Amino acid sequence: MNANLKETILNPILKGNPITVLVLGICSSLAVTVEMKGALVMALSVTIVTGLSSFVLSILRNTIPNRVRIIVQLVVVALMVILVDQILKAYAYGIDKQLSVYIGLIITNCIVMGRIEAFALGNKPIPSLLDGLANGVGYGLILVVMSFFRELFGSGTLLGIRIIPESFYAAGYMNNGLVILPPMALILIGCIIWIQRGIQKDLQEK
Amino acid sequence: MEYLNLFIKSIFVDNMIFAYFLGMCSYLAVSKNVKTASGLGLAVIFVLFVTLPINYLLNKYVLLPGALSWLGDSFKDVDLSFLSFIIFIAVIAAITQLVEMVVEKFAPALYASLGIYLPLIAVNCAILGGSLFMQNKDFVNVGESAVYALGSGIGWFLAIVTLAAIREKMQYSNVPPALKGIGIAFITVGLMAMAFMTFMGISL
Repeated sequence: MNANLKETILNPILKGNPITVLVLGICSSLAVTVEMKGALVMALSVTIVTGLSSFVLSILRNTIPNRVRIIVQLVVVALMVILVDQILKAYAYGIDKQLSVYIGLIITNCIVMGRIEAFALGNKPIPSLLDGLANGVGYGLILVVMSFFRELFGSGTLLGIRIIPESFYAAGYMNNGLVILPPMALILIGCIIWIQRGIQKDLQEK
Repeated sequence: MEYLNLFIKSIFVDNMIFAYFLGMCSYLAVSKNVKTASGLGLAVIFVLFVTLPINYLLNKYVLLPGALSWLGDSFKDVDLSFLSFIIFIAVIAAITQLVEMVVEKFAPALYASLGIYLPLIAVNCAILGGSLFMQNKDFVNVGESAVYALGSGIGWFLAIVTLAAIREKMQYSNVPPALKGIGIAFITVGLMAMAFMTFMGISL
């Protein structure tokens, strides 16, 4: 594996993370992180959609007229999302219901469109596929971190399994209801950005 | 009265930004000054108000199971709901293109201020999100869906203009270096969302 390809895969996971550095795909990352299970399914769906649509559009990149490219991109992405949605409906109906509109909203998820515009339209299919998958993983990483804190402190469980023992509740411990509500998601992601930029000083804004 | 209730609810209680995080990307990217923010906000209100009723009619008369029965008995069992994503996004992309061309032709001054944002709106989650929520909400007629669209658009406008105003002032405050820019913006939005939670439970 040459250095260029390695850079393509590693960059989106930390240094160019789609959520904390490029600030793309925020809507769903905030809404689906109440429970870890939903967050994992969402991360997997986004990874598949980003990877496959980057791959397909990279194959088509020399045949699409520049003027209508947004429409073509939307059609390809919508097709991938429909496939994912139908598969989820068939095999994981409960989670599909829980994620509600956010699966459909992968179509307008900025990560997908952003990677197609910025990478897939100018590169060969295989690097585009890897770039899409790696960005999905970078997105998933933040989702897992956020849902870990939100589920642990909001419901005392992880992946639906009780972590904080009943004896704690008997001794007067209470779940933090605020963590499950929308405002805390925003503040939590602000704190993640704070920590990351505290460590990687070159990312700080002037 | 029902319309008014729906209108107030969609602005304050079910606010697109603070309750559902829809359209967050452009919300954060374009909220650096009040003038551009209000331009984008107006464009969102407009496109939502046009696309949502159209998508409502399409959903009711084409996509839902049995919706095609007006074509005759043989279409009674047709269920096209799996096509809804692609139809909705196609309508949204086509309408934004159309709106852009009409505005450019008949209102050049408005085009100059909105122009660059209109193509962006096709991929704004708030627009598609509005249509998808409409599917879940079972509105009884097209009027309700139009009121919902108007309310959601105004809620989005309100949110982006207030954040832009706060961020303009925040340039003069002493923020920790690692939080500067996007970090503090997230925390500000979080605090605004907390403030909006006080509207919860309002009904007329």
